[in-house]
Amino acid sequence: MTAARIFGEPIPRREDPRLVSGAGRYTDDIDATALAVAFVRSPSAHASIVDIDVSGALDVPGLHAVYTYEDLTGRLAEPLPLLIPHPALTAPRTAYPLARDVVRHVGEPVVMVVAADRYAAEDACDRIEVTYRALPPVVGLAAAVRAEHAVHADVPDNVAAHLVQEVGDAPAAIAAALYRLRLDLTIERSASMPLEGRGVHARWDEVDRSLRVYSSTQTSTSLRFALAAKLELPVDRVEVVTPDVGGGFGVKIVHPWPEELLVPWAAIRLGRPVTWIEDRREHFVSSAHERGQAHEVEVGFDGEGRILGLSVRFQHDNGAYTPYGIIVPVITSTQLLGPYKPGAYRVEFTSLYTNTVQVTPYRGAGRPQGVFVMERTLDAIADHCGLSRVDVRERNFITPDEMPYDHHMTFQDGRPLVYDSGDYPALLAKLKKLVDWDAFPALREQARARGRRVGIGLACYVEGTGVGPYEGAHVRVETSGAVVVSTGLTTQGQGHETVFAQIAAQELGVSLEDVTVVTGDTRRFAYAVGTFASRAAVMSGNAVALAARKVRGKALRIAADALEADPGDLDISAGVVRVKGSPGAEIPLRTVAVLANPLRYAFDAEAQRATQFAVGGGTDTPPVAEDDEPGLEATDYYSPIRSTFASGMHAAVVETDPDTAEITILRYAVVHDCGTLINPRIVEGQIHGGVAQGVGGALYERIEYDEHGQLVNASFMDFLMPYASEVPHIETDHQQTPSPLNPLGIKGAGEAGVIPVAAALASAIEDAEGLTGTGVRITDMPIGPARLWELRARWADEDSGRDGR
Amino acid sequence: MTEPLHEVRLRVNGTPHQVRVPARRLLSDCLRHDLGLTGTHVGCEHGVCGACTVLLDGAPVRSCLLFAVGVDGQEVTTVEGCRAPGGGLGPVQQAFVDCHGLQCGFCTPGFVTTITAYLRANPDPDAAAARAAIGGNLCRCTGYQNIVASVLRAAEILRAGNQVRP
Amino acid sequence: MKPPAFTYHRPATLADALAVLAGTGPAGKVLAGGQSLVPMLNMRLAQPGHLVDINRVAGLGGIECRPGLVRVGALARHAELAADPAAAVALPLLAEATAAVAHPAIRNRGTTVGSLVHADPAAELPAVLALLGGSVTLAGPAGYRTVPAGGFFLGPLQSATGPGEVAVHADFPVPPPGTGTAWLEVSRRRGDYALCGVGVLVTLDPAGRITAARAGFVALGPVPVVVDLAPAVAGAGAGAADWAAAGRLAAAHPDLAPEDDIHASAGYRRHLAGVLTARAGALAAVRAAAQAAERAAEWAAERSTVEGVA
Repeated sequence: MTAARIFGEPIPRREDPRLVSGAGRYTDDIDATALAVAFVRSPSAHASIVDIDVSGALDVPGLHAVYTYEDLTGRLAEPLPLLIPHPALTAPRTAYPLARDVVRHVGEPVVMVVAADRYAAEDACDRIEVTYRALPPVVGLAAAVRAEHAVHADVPDNVAAHLVQEVGDAPAAIAAALYRLRLDLTIERSASMPLEGRGVHARWDEVDRSLRVYSSTQTSTSLRFALAAKLELPVDRVEVVTPDVGGGFGVKIVHPWPEELLVPWAAIRLGRPVTWIEDRREHFVSSAHERGQAHEVEVGFDGEGRILGLSVRFQHDNGAYTPYGIIVPVITSTQLLGPYKPGAYRVEFTSLYTNTVQVTPYRGAGRPQGVFVMERTLDAIADHCGLSRVDVRERNFITPDEMPYDHHMTFQDGRPLVYDSGDYPALLAKLKKLVDWDAFPALREQARARGRRVGIGLACYVEGTGVGPYEGAHVRVETSGAVVVSTGLTTQGQGHETVFAQIAAQELGVSLEDVTVVTGDTRRFAYAVGTFASRAAVMSGNAVALAARKVRGKALRIAADALEADPGDLDISAGVVRVKGSPGAEIPLRTVAVLANPLRYAFDAEAQRATQFAVGGGTDTPPVAEDDEPGLEATDYYSPIRSTFASGMHAAVVETDPDTAEITILRYAVVHDCGTLINPRIVEGQIHGGVAQGVGGALYERIEYDEHGQLVNASFMDFLMPYASEVPHIETDHQQTPSPLNPLGIKGAGEAGVIPVAAALASAIEDAEGLTGTGVRITDMPIGPARLWELRARWADEDSGRDGR
Repeated sequence: MTEPLHEVRLRVNGTPHQVRVPARRLLSDCLRHDLGLTGTHVGCEHGVCGACTVLLDGAPVRSCLLFAVGVDGQEVTTVEGCRAPGGGLGPVQQAFVDCHGLQCGFCTPGFVTTITAYLRANPDPDAAAARAAIGGNLCRCTGYQNIVASVLRAAEILRAGNQVRP
Repeated sequence: MKPPAFTYHRPATLADALAVLAGTGPAGKVLAGGQSLVPMLNMRLAQPGHLVDINRVAGLGGIECRPGLVRVGALARHAELAADPAAAVALPLLAEATAAVAHPAIRNRGTTVGSLVHADPAAELPAVLALLGGSVTLAGPAGYRTVPAGGFFLGPLQSATGPGEVAVHADFPVPPPGTGTAWLEVSRRRGDYALCGVGVLVTLDPAGRITAARAGFVALGPVPVVVDLAPAVAGAGAGAADWAAAGRLAAAHPDLAPEDDIHASAGYRRHLAGVLTARAGALAAVRAAAQAAERAAEWAAERSTVEGVA
């Protein structure tokens, strides 16, 4: 009997029945009796705190406590940690958990209120009077660069970091090239905006003197270390559990949030469970944003459209603080290269402070910006040379026989940027076929004849996934036959309970129903990094496979002993170890599990049944061998030599209204290569969701700060996340170039959908507007009808000027 | 001075309840915290995201924009009430499982109630109608495509006489 | 975002409601649908000391089609109005515009009259009332008074409803026979407030020539703006009218006062006013002509019956 195909199958998700019936357990569902928390947050973008008068709050019914910075002691009174230092980050700055003397963005927490419920807590906050003395705010990159005012008094030029990376001599190559172009390209700030905001529930056990914290986080293990450090508790007295999480998309990887420290601290002080659940406005003004960058591009190319030299200088707006370092602009710098091999490349960025919310990774994490830059540049080259956009890309592709391809740069994991595998020409061929690329020009002309403007665009990307340093997994077969899998990273909807179960079931030869998976619980698995950078499947998936293989090996060893066979003659399927070709010679895994644990006591039927098998070496060897352990279980880790590189290409067909300039997406096609697929349906779901966020970022979403640093659109009414009416139907096709770097051959898929969307849509809109031959005209995203209408007027002016009319 | 409490009688998922709540207690909070029905989720508290959508006398409404006291005596259906009579998954819920119509699950309860009401009035939608029917609820994970498929699948399950897998 | 505390009143009769409001003064706010009010409470942008919930007041519901007008009671929900078959026949513009309001869950609770009293210049219904020349009837301590649309919308979020008053119904006049209407709007996402919305009304005489044409605008000023399009199209046949000229007339109209905001510039809104007026005008004219053709066919059928008998 062969093992059923589980790995690679589009199996429905194990976690769904409880989630669809309202039985999920998100942070706010855990304890209805806990005390609630609200914060007085700065209404000003930049101010010094003159006075905090809490007296008005003290008689609010239900009030339990009010805290300011003055109440914080020890490590809690220090700034929040800088999670990822970098030599180029010469002026890192992080916030205090509660503002100390100065506030640097609207939303910064100043006072914490604990009350019987959130209603009372907000009442108390309303009665607290904070007196501020306004300081001049720095808003926007231009103001940050001008540096008439400083966000941090000791960083007068507002520069947090400056980094140059180069391969070859790009300026010389550009100067010597046949053709040269300059482009200015910007992407505006957006945000992850999961449907569930942040939340923390903390309980202190006075008997055990231990702390348990539930947080809607992307990393429970790191949060645990941060809590232990900041609250000065032994690590083994702190547990962090990630409950069901309503989406993360990057924003929840930041840790520890002020609230993640303050809520447990209050729970300890008050001796009561405490819960903080942020509301939507808080999420807008006190979590994190991303994407805002301004790029200057110089490119030199030949008559065939081959890039001889590419030089990119960009400015990154990192907001008021840099807890996550400069990961985003570093990723832009490296991932900008995409599937291409420019002759020489120079990238320089400056990361600047502004009096706005801090900037940390949001799905894509700098790649959308980099891809926008590269893809617009290639479109510009195509336009200049009169070549097709597809041909220019093909001419610049790294080809399969050049793999592995070393870019001679350093990636965000500190390791060499080496593409391990991929077939970009084949991917492009697939995309062209999927979207009927070659047939489109005729369609466009037909449409034009009927007064309609339709256009097609494409964009390509490469995504480094599965960054280290490691993830681990523990697999145990219990005496009931249940297989329990634990891994330390977390889940925010990616279907880990299913995909990790698929891997374990396939490796062990058990049925999927026998496997349960726990993620993100430090009580179950303590060494982990977290869920981000499209790494979970690669990292924990391989760790689960490796641990399961160890368990399988041990099971076969024990079973071989019990069945008096050779391990090589054994097979496991449907949870039973059988001797190949010998029907009847078999032992169920659950019995092997019993045998693996030589106990004095037989307290269940399974243990009693197991006594029929004589195993072990007899009375002159110990029951548990020197290099062995009791139990049918194993832990293993996967630690990659480098990231593994997924790739993909998107094409969009759009229509623009000649009068209203409304933009409609008529078709959207994705071809995607993330190596071996564990569950194709889950991968597709990730792509759909990513594309939707990409459409949001390209056509709708923009975090709007006014010149005073007020966040003008801090609600879902005015921050325009797409509904179903705005997201197209997405056609997908897959290519699988397995990763040679990990046992399962998988590459990450979590961020892919969002990365090239802005570039593809900009290209398609230009095509619809009939701008071929006039250069690249759409240089700033997002774009909406009002903006397109204004651009049309500008283009008409430019063209009539150009024609001398 | 504490707020006066109001007696509110609600029938939720067929079960009568009585609570004493301040006037400003939002229905969403009443369901979640006073009645322990945490399936209804809160995403924005300004009526846009739809995660809090429940059925009020059968019609979808935003529970974050209603006071519990204001719906005294009325009938509320939450996602928990969309289960099958025997306790298994209801047709809309089963459709979501069949079609991978959810990822993080946070927005899902609002979709389930909305679609349940929609299909009662429109048992045979095409894909365009299905997409329009879900056009008032935000999802950040799925890109909506599989939710559209879930609407069509739910219609199919209902037409087949509600025979769902156990 | 939790609302601040308030004293809650749930009167059973209109007289009780008015009595409560007389006692609360300006600290009392009427709660009907709540789809505009409750978000403001949740965000603590409004902190009324008293909420007077009129959802159980007898006699405030209902949609009545009377000769010459559609009367919408204070508690009629948007969804009811959009689905009312008689109202859809009498006043298709009202049904069309109502269907564009937000999303179904909002429409299930929000009320037409509430939307009028809220007087958001970005809302559809005030523009419809203004275009049709309707009115709102208010009940107050001194009795009832009816305020025509022109005097009802005083400014952004400001209606003529006094602090002690409750709006009890709105009357939408049915335009004369031979009238076609159309509603078009452009919004960023489906269901959002419109960047620009237009309702157009076109009346044809029995010979099929345009005798009246008007447009009512959403989001083009602090209050709904109504523009007479007759100078551009009066006298023309329905199919021959220069709707582009009507659009230009509307876009250039001095009463249009669009503003810049983060979603669109004033210039773009004005441009949309012109484009949508032209499109809606042409559509309304087609509908007027189709109605006329229908009536002519009915008359011909009547005549032949009569003549047949004779």
